[in-house]
Order: sequence, then structure tokens, then C-alpha cells
Amino acid sequence: MSFVWLWTDLMVWSLLFVILAGIRSIKNSEQARKQWRSIFESRVAMASMVILTFYFVFALLGSVHVQLTSNGENTSEKRQGVYSVLDLSLIHLIEQTERTYSAPFATHEYSTSLNFDENGQVSQSYLVLKHGGQHLTNGASIWLDVLVKTGLPLLVTLGIMALLLMVHAYFRFKAFALRSINDKANKMPWKTAYISFFSLLFLFIWFYYMSHFYHVLGTDKVGQDVLLQSIKSIRTGVLIGLLTTLVMLPLALILGISAGYFKGWVDDVIQYLYTTLNSIPGVLLIAAAVLVMQVIITNNSDWFGSTEERADLRLLFLIFILGLTSWTGLCRLLRAETLKISQVEYVSAAKAFGLGPFKIIKNHILPNLMHLVLIALVLDFSGLVLAEAVLSYVGVGVDPTTASWGNMINQARLEMAREPMVWWSLFSAFVFMFTLVLAANLFSDRVQTVLDPRRVN
Amino acid sequence: MALALSTVLNIKNLSIAVNDSPLINDISFSIESGEIFALVGESGSGKSLTSLAIMRLLPEALQVTAGEISLNQTELFALPEYQMQKIRGRQVAMIFQEPMTSLNPVMKVGEQVAEVLRVHLKIRGKQARQKVVSLFEEVGLPQANDRYDWYPHQLSGGQMQRVMIAMALACEPDLLIADEPTTALDVTIQAQVLELLKSIRDKRGLSILFITHDMGVVSEMADRVAVMKQGEIVEQADKDHFFSNPQHPYTQQLLADAIPKQSFKPIIDTNALLQINDLKVHFPVKKGLFQRTVGYVKAVDGVTLTIKKGQTLALVGESGSGKSTIGQAILKLVNSTSGSVDFSTPGVGEAGIESIVDFTALTEKQMKPFRKKVQVIFQDPFSALNPRMTISEIIREGMDSLQVGSRDKKDQDARIEELLEQVGLLSEHKYRFPHEFSGGQRQRIGIARALAVEPELIICDEPTSALDVTVRAQVLNLLEELQQKYQLSFLFITHDLSIIPAIAHEVAVMKEGRIVEQGSVEQVMRFPKHEYTQALLNSAPKLLRQEMP
Repeated sequence: MSFVWLWTDLMVWSLLFVILAGIRSIKNSEQARKQWRSIFESRVAMASMVILTFYFVFALLGSVHVQLTSNGENTSEKRQGVYSVLDLSLIHLIEQTERTYSAPFATHEYSTSLNFDENGQVSQSYLVLKHGGQHLTNGASIWLDVLVKTGLPLLVTLGIMALLLMVHAYFRFKAFALRSINDKANKMPWKTAYISFFSLLFLFIWFYYMSHFYHVLGTDKVGQDVLLQSIKSIRTGVLIGLLTTLVMLPLALILGISAGYFKGWVDDVIQYLYTTLNSIPGVLLIAAAVLVMQVIITNNSDWFGSTEERADLRLLFLIFILGLTSWTGLCRLLRAETLKISQVEYVSAAKAFGLGPFKIIKNHILPNLMHLVLIALVLDFSGLVLAEAVLSYVGVGVDPTTASWGNMINQARLEMAREPMVWWSLFSAFVFMFTLVLAANLFSDRVQTVLDPRRVN
Repeated sequence: MALALSTVLNIKNLSIAVNDSPLINDISFSIESGEIFALVGESGSGKSLTSLAIMRLLPEALQVTAGEISLNQTELFALPEYQMQKIRGRQVAMIFQEPMTSLNPVMKVGEQVAEVLRVHLKIRGKQARQKVVSLFEEVGLPQANDRYDWYPHQLSGGQMQRVMIAMALACEPDLLIADEPTTALDVTIQAQVLELLKSIRDKRGLSILFITHDMGVVSEMADRVAVMKQGEIVEQADKDHFFSNPQHPYTQQLLADAIPKQSFKPIIDTNALLQINDLKVHFPVKKGLFQRTVGYVKAVDGVTLTIKKGQTLALVGESGSGKSTIGQAILKLVNSTSGSVDFSTPGVGEAGIESIVDFTALTEKQMKPFRKKVQVIFQDPFSALNPRMTISEIIREGMDSLQVGSRDKKDQDARIEELLEQVGLLSEHKYRFPHEFSGGQRQRIGIARALAVEPELIICDEPTSALDVTVRAQVLNLLEELQQKYQLSFLFITHDLSIIPAIAHEVAVMKEGRIVEQGSVEQVMRFPKHEYTQALLNSAPKLLRQEMP
């Protein structure tokens, strides 16, 4: 067993460090701390953040890959190749595949198939699943079984929550004891945070526990568990949302601020660049780039050690393409704001002190643009998650072997036309994506209200 | 006259609060028909809130907690909203401070007035146009018929304010609320607009509630005066009585600060610190696909000035006269087209020879050592300080960049504290952010920032025009003190004639990029030679003119 670090893994972990550094710098500046505190004073923002953190943790778990080699003795033939930690913790789902479609919590397949019994008789019947619901004795009620099996996850969740509450209570008591009488206690909506954390934790533990006995969200055409796919897709969605902004941000910042501050020919060149880029339809540009990349990948298949590496490179490439085509909006915004700020008197005062342009940008312009950047980033995140789904649906998105909501929806296109309809793939992809995008949107809404300098206090 | 005695507006015990903290506390006054009632106060005293309460246009967060307002014996707070809509515009009309933002920029001005007629009086078509044109004539717009089809940006500020007045008069209201109607205008235009409002009052028997902070305007306009302070009316009296015998100490303070100092400063002949010779700043006007230069805006067109060591030169002019551009050209914030800005540095030692440097010929790098000699204070205390920096960071910036004083952080901190105390702030203020301070305090921080690099010349670009009169007096005193202490020279750019005797030794009057008259303050203000200077002085409110020495 050895660790394998794919490109996107490295990027997402470095992003974690950037986020941690950001939190540290917020802690150091009183103004920023006050602002973030007031962001989290909203219950909606708090609940959204809990959900986003959950998704991010799954993305992180999916971003640690190990190479399993079969040395003949301990592992079966199946377990070799590259697995993520997330895969390993859900390994039973990877191994327990069915033959074809089965509905959530089903014990039998979804459609009838021809069957030969011992007597050579041909009959049409619903075949029994290999794994789903096979612990049940004949005639037992599924729902009663599910209800009984809910007990253990509930207990585990309550245990974890109790532990968490104790730790948190200790810190809060310490803060309370150290606080002087005059300071007001900050009124964070901890109750909302706990309720949403509890709900999510319970849901996932329940899913995890149930998945040992049932296919909780059914199986797809080739019998793979839909829950597994949905959870694995989290990484793809979050990565595209986060890393694309990472690619886009330096471009938008450097070009936008230079255009706004230096004006003249620099401004002209940058403006021409982004108006040209903006006038080409985004999907067309992305499709063209992806197709070129596909040709390169097929012609140079010896570059990649494994299919995972190939799929990863394709994901990375998609991130870069999306980043390179989506910086124009933020760039335009930053240019306009920089134009405005560079006319403000404190910039004139800095010039009168003989500060150079880069110092002025660093000390006076950039800090006054950060609210715009932050708002744009959080808003773009949900747009990019949706863009991945659209692109994969069109067929120019991530590699077909990569689990992603877009790919799930793309496959579900044909399933919707079946009679009876296979709805659970689409449904799962939709619910997982919807939750993420909704949480991101609600959070960005709050960020915008708090950080917007024009807001009325 | 029975009509003149009837009460148009009566406010009784009005109180307004936001979240239980009172903004207006139990005020009462009444306005008679044909009377101009001035409501005077500094910013935040609640005078504009009062006017909004009359129109019932208060923001939703604010609540009227007590009192009543009656207009022509109708209780306004008892009316349903649809009846109130009829009263707004028909019985009460309002004009605002900023004519630019009060008019819709994409609609012809005539149409905007005609719209009011259509809504309230149901006058349409040609008739409406005729009525608008006659209104335009009444408010003194030249070529009224042509102006009907103009857009707001084609009009000057004074003309826009006239259009606003025409719009307010369109439905022949009984009460006109004028909320600082001349504050955004130049003095000569201000005099004209005030004259217009007065003549309309006389012709129509209109009552005017005149809201202002300017005592000069009050003395010009009002029949009766009420002074507001922190949501309360502290004094209410007839104009003559008010000015001759103010009762409340706050009113006395206001009047003392508003009325200029009586004496001129003695002129001592010292060496020139800065000599501006035939300075021209022309901005190219670019047009077309390839941005070819088609002409020039001559912001500064051949200006020659001398600023003497330890003295103040006041540069007076109306907006657009190019006075601020001169300041920027000295600092090399804009490039000058031709001419020279010669700065003299005294030589070292007894026999040192004075060296003269022309700023316009220097590169940015060569200019840097001179940046600490010339500093600047800005007009708007809110935009002059970076909102993301603490006060100590703001003051330290120049010391670091220009390497003034010690490089040691502890010594710098001590110096920052010393500077803050010098400008009348506390040393613990240095860890705060600009938004925690009032306008006057911010202006003091701006002064401390300029002082930090120990300059010889400070360019004061309208440093007091955004401040209330009492704060203005304090800031002017501070500048005066600093000049005495450090032998500073000031180039004091202003449009406000009343403060010139208090601050300046010499004065230069600027118009359309040129200096039309310059000399000692006494000479220019007592015996103005150029007709523009005379016009400026005559436009100043009578109160200030009388008191000018």
C-alpha cells in the first residue's frame, strides 16, 4: 500500500491550507473577525456552513488516494488499483454490485428477466438481489427492519453529539469565565448549528449503516450502488467549484487591478482581451478545448499509469478551462472598482507620500476590493458546480469513469424514458447537488449582505 | 391681512425615535401663510427628519412616537396613504440639496415637470407644455421654450435647481420645503436662487420651510428662525431678534463661529517658499476609435503665484475654476503642460546658498525627497482615510515611505501619539479605524498624517467645506496654531469667502483657469478691482458682508 497523490489531490489539500491561513488572518484582524462573526450570526448562514463543511470533508476524504497491490495472500483479486480513503470506507458498496437496476430498499430486481428453473421450465420473474435485503427471513417486513435498524445509528449519533457538546461547553465556559463583565456575549446561533450538524451526521451514519443491508438509493444499470456514486461525486463537484476559482482569481485580480490602476494602453489591451473572450460562447470554447484535450489524451495513452490518472488529468484540465473562461466577470468588476478607488483621496494622499504603484495597490486598493472578491467567489462556486453538471450532460465534462452528478444525470437521460421509470439516479444526483448549491447560495447571500459596504447598518 | 395670519403648518410636540433611542424630541413650531421659516442646525440635528415627517416619508425603521402635524387644519398622521399622496406635491412640495440626483437623467426636464401637472392637475398636451414654459419663465430659465426639450446634464447646477423649483411650484402648493437648496451651489448662483425663492414667496404668498446650516443664508431669507440641536429646538425667535439678541449659549456659539473674524493678518515680508510661474495644465479631450486628441480642457491656464514662508495664500474660486488642479499640479498628481513650480530650499549653514528646484522637471524618483516638504489635506474627511487601515497605520505610512524620523517602531509609536495629541485627539485613538470618528476628528487625523513627515508647505484643498461651522472654527484654529508653531506655509484652496480673513495673509481669486486678482487680503476684500471679485463679494450673504472688516 502506498499513497498516490493525484494533481487535483495536491490542489485541494493546498487549498485547505490557504483556507486555514485565511482563517488565521481573520483571527488576527479585529475588523475581519467582527465581520465574520456577524456573518455567522445569521441562522441560515450557520446551517449552510455546516452543510458546506460536510461536503468539504467528503471532498477531502476523497482526495487521499492509495495504491493497493495484491500480494496474493490477504486481499482478493478485486482490491488492487487506486482507491481513495472514501472508497475504502465504502468498500462494501464497491464490492456488493448487483446485476442491474434495483429500486431503493428493494430485495428483488426492478424488471423481470427470463428464468430457467431446475426443470428446464422458462418463466418470467423478478430475480432476487445478490446483496440488497438478503439478511431478511422470508416474509419479514422491510420497513419494520429498517425501523429497528435505525436505533443503532441514532445511538451512535447521540453519543458523538454528547461528546461534542461537552467539549464545546468546556470552551464556552472558559470563554465565559475569562470574559469581563462589560463585554457582551456574542450571540451565535449554536442551536441551529447543532441541529443541522445532528441531522447531517445522523443521516450519513444511517446511510452508512443501512448500506450494509440494503441499496439505500438503489442501483444503476450495471448494478452499482447509487449512494456510492452520489457520495463520490461530492469530490468532483466541490473540486470544480473551489479549484476553478483558484485558477480564476489570480487572473481576475492581476488583470482587473492593472487595467483599473494603470489605465492607458494596459487598460485597452486587457479590455480587448476580455471583450473578445466574452463574445465567444462559453460552452463552445469549453467544448472545443475539451475535444482537443481528448485527442491529445488518446494519442498519448502511455503518459498515464492508470485510468485514475487519466481521469484526474481530464478533471484538472476541465478546471483550468473553466477558470480561463470565467475570469472576465470578476475582472470587469474589479477594474471598475479600482478605477473608482484610485480616484479617492486616500490614494492621492499615498501618492503625495511617494508610495509606488505596487505599494498603493497592496495597501490601499486590494484591501478595499476584498469584499468584492469574496462575494464573487462564493457566488461563482454554485454556478461552477452547476456548470460541471451541464458540461458532463453535454458530454464535454469530466471523464465518464469519474463519478460526477453530471455523469449521473447524463446516464439518467435514457432511464427516464423507461417504463416503469428509473428515477433514483437522477433523484440522488439532484438532491446532493441541490443541497450543495442551495447552501452555497444562501451562504453567499449572507456574505454579500454583511460585506457590502453600501448596506445600511 | 387675514390671509397672512392663517397658520399653514402646525407641528405639535413631535417626537421621532428609532428603536427607543429618540432622534427628535418634542418639537413644536408653526408656519404662517407667506412666511419663510428657517430651521437651522448642524448635521445630525434632525432638521431633515422633521421635513420628512411632514411629508410622511420617514424611513420605515423610524417611528413617530408622539405629537401631531397639521397642514391647513388637516391632521396629517390621521390620513390614509392615498389621500396623503394627493397632499404631497399639491399642498406640500419639496426641493433638495442635490439637483443632479433629484432629476431623472434620461427624461427631458420639461417632461418631468409636465408629468407632475398630468398626475395632480390632469392637464395634458399643449396646455401642459404652455404651463411648464410659463413656470420656467417664472423661475428665470432663459429661453424657456427651448429648455423644455433639454436633458438635465445639459443644464448647469443653478439651472437644475430652478427646474426643481418649477416642479415644486407646478401644483401651486401652500408650503414649500427647501432642504439645503443652495448648499451644493456656488455663491454667485446661491444668491440668485435665494433671490428667486424670495420673489416667488412675495408673488404667490407661499410659505417656505427653509432648512439650512448656513447662518448667512438664514439672515438673508428667514422671517423666523428655529435652532435645532440633537433633536430639540433650543431657540425660536423672529429674525431680527434672533440675530441681535441670541438667548441660548449654543445659538451664540453658532453665530460666533459663522461670522468671520474682524481683523486682517499683518503681512510680514518673508522669502518665497514656492513660486509658480505661468503654470498651465491642459487635459486632452480624446474622441473616436483611435482616441485622437481633438481639443484641450484648459483647467489651469497661465497661473503665477507666490507662497511665502510661514504664510497662507488663499486661492478662491467657484467650482470648475481649476483651483484644485493647481494643488494637484504642485504635488505632481497631475502633469503640468508648461510653466514651472519652483521650490526653494534654504542652504545649510550660515553662508548656505538657497537652492531652487523646479518640480515640473523632476521624475517621480527625483521628486521623492521633496514629497516630505509638501503635503496635502483633503476636502472630504470620509474618503481621505483608507477605511481598512488603523489610525497608526495611516500616519505611519508617510513616515515609512519618506523615511522621516526614526526607523524604530517604538519611536514611531511615540511620535504618532505625540502627533495625535497635537491635533487634539487622544493617543489611544491610534488603534481605531477611521469609521469610528466624526468628520471633524477625521479631518484632524488627516492633518496629523500630513504633519507626520514634517512638511514646510501644506496644500489645504477645501479642508473645512464638509464640516459644520463649530467644527470648522476648531479646525481653522488648529491650522493657525500649527502655522505659528512650525512656521508652516499653507496654500488654502476654498470657495468660502467668509473664512479668508481668519486664515489667510494673501488671497488670489481664480476664474476659468486664470487668476483675475491677487494681493493682500485687506486689499482684495476691501477694494476689489476686478468685477468678478466684486460679484463674488456681493453674492456673499449680507450677514457676512456686514461683518467683514
